[in-house]
Amino acid sequence: MTHHPLEVVVIGCSAGGIEALHTLLPALPPDFPLPVVVVIHLSSGAPTLLPQVLQTGCTLPVIEAEERQPLRPGCIHVAAPDYHLLIEPDHTFALSADAKVNNSRPAIDLTFISAAEVWGAGVLAILLTGASADGARGMQAVKARGGICIVQDPATAQAPAMPAAAIATGVADHIAKLDEITGIVVSLCCISDR
Amino acid sequence: MDKSDIETIEIDLFVEAMARRHGYDFRHYAKASLRRRVAGMLDALGCTTVAEMLPLILHQPELLPSILSNLSVPVTEMFRDPPVFKALRTEVIPVLATYPRLNIWQAGCATGEEAYSLAILLAETGLLERSQIYATDINDAALAKAEEGIYPAEIITKYAESHRLAGGSLDLQSYFSMAYGFGKIDPAIRAHVSFAHHNLVADGVFCEVNMIVCRNVMIYFDTLLQNRVLDLFGQSLVRNGFLCLGSRENVAFAAAGRQFATVNKILRIYKKTGGEA
Ligand SMILES: C[S@@+](CC[C@H](N)C(=O)[O-])C[C@H]1O[C@@H](n2cnc3c(N)ncnc32)[C@H](O)[C@@H]1O
Repeated sequence: MTHHPLEVVVIGCSAGGIEALHTLLPALPPDFPLPVVVVIHLSSGAPTLLPQVLQTGCTLPVIEAEERQPLRPGCIHVAAPDYHLLIEPDHTFALSADAKVNNSRPAIDLTFISAAEVWGAGVLAILLTGASADGARGMQAVKARGGICIVQDPATAQAPAMPAAAIATGVADHIAKLDEITGIVVSLCCISDR
Repeated sequence: MDKSDIETIEIDLFVEAMARRHGYDFRHYAKASLRRRVAGMLDALGCTTVAEMLPLILHQPELLPSILSNLSVPVTEMFRDPPVFKALRTEVIPVLATYPRLNIWQAGCATGEEAYSLAILLAETGLLERSQIYATDINDAALAKAEEGIYPAEIITKYAESHRLAGGSLDLQSYFSMAYGFGKIDPAIRAHVSFAHHNLVADGVFCEVNMIVCRNVMIYFDTLLQNRVLDLFGQSLVRNGFLCLGSRENVAFAAAGRQFATVNKILRIYKKTGGEA
């Protein structure tokens, strides 16, 4: 089975997300070939040193996604708090201070939708633990353009509502536990077209 | 070609129509946000595709104000990012205090909350009497709300916490007259703020100012337009005048950014240096 070559990995999570990312991100190998974009909801007042927090245990560099910066292969770009994170057609980041979506800023839906608009079938979207329904619409947009959708098994998620909402839309290609997700990601991104 | 590819073409046509029919040039706005806003007004206009909006733009000029409102979403707060206002208080105000008269330009004022926050900051530091704040935007509906200066009481209560974190001494409510669940800004504050329509894309310098506050506006512009706006700011500022940008904005990508020196890197406060760009 051949799929359009993947060009970007987008990850969304909310409640319980930091712990989940601490499992997922360190498992990515140092030669991971794609840019990774992480959107996580933080309650306001939470530490803004998120990239440093997530860097722990990771071999890939973790940095905040800054406006006008290009996405870099093998780099984990984390959405800044209180801004939506979008991607421009020239593969650079753009921020938006527009109203909250799904009660969140950054909203996972907006990043996923703009990734789907830019890369079409080149998007691998991963939705993890969370207590809202953010991300479901974004997953549908990714799927509609031929991208791949992985959802954390709600039974294994600290907060099951968000993955469950995405699964209910019927777009999940894989429903898996965290440690299985890394295996799927590595096999899809590192092995398939090499 | 799928729906999304077709929509990319439709957005280009929309932008072209707005520029040539109405003189509003969105060509140099960041694409992803613009697309989201254009697609976001489909329902309100009863359209299913962006292409269906084109005849409306071309032949129904009475729709222009509402289209413009949708393209420039005025989302704002009082004392948004309290550490920035705190830094203005401690790092910038002492310098501004050395001038006998102060002109401040707040560009992209939306519904006025930020302009009034600045006026309150100036009042609390004793500078308001010698200051005039010129607050501008392209969104006329937002400007009308800003002129009124009336905000819901529960929002003012929420802003009170930011005001406190920004180093505010008095209760924020004391700057409003409260009635029927709303607060109206104190006339003594209001008198030092003038609101006006000004388009950063097309309009020029309108006065010489000691400080420009332009937060979360240039993130919506591409680098070419950002460069134009920074040039305009450079021409408007007195030597050593201050420029305050949004918490995640950066002058480093634009050549015109070179005329600014950093005052506070983290909080994005800059100062115009003597040299030209
Ligand atoms: C996100 S709001 C920022 C409000 C406020 N400065 C803040 O940070 O809370 C962006 C504002 O920029 C305005 N704007 C967009 N394009 C503009 C232009 N070309 N000229 C002037 N204002 C513009 C919009 O109408 C909107 O009110």
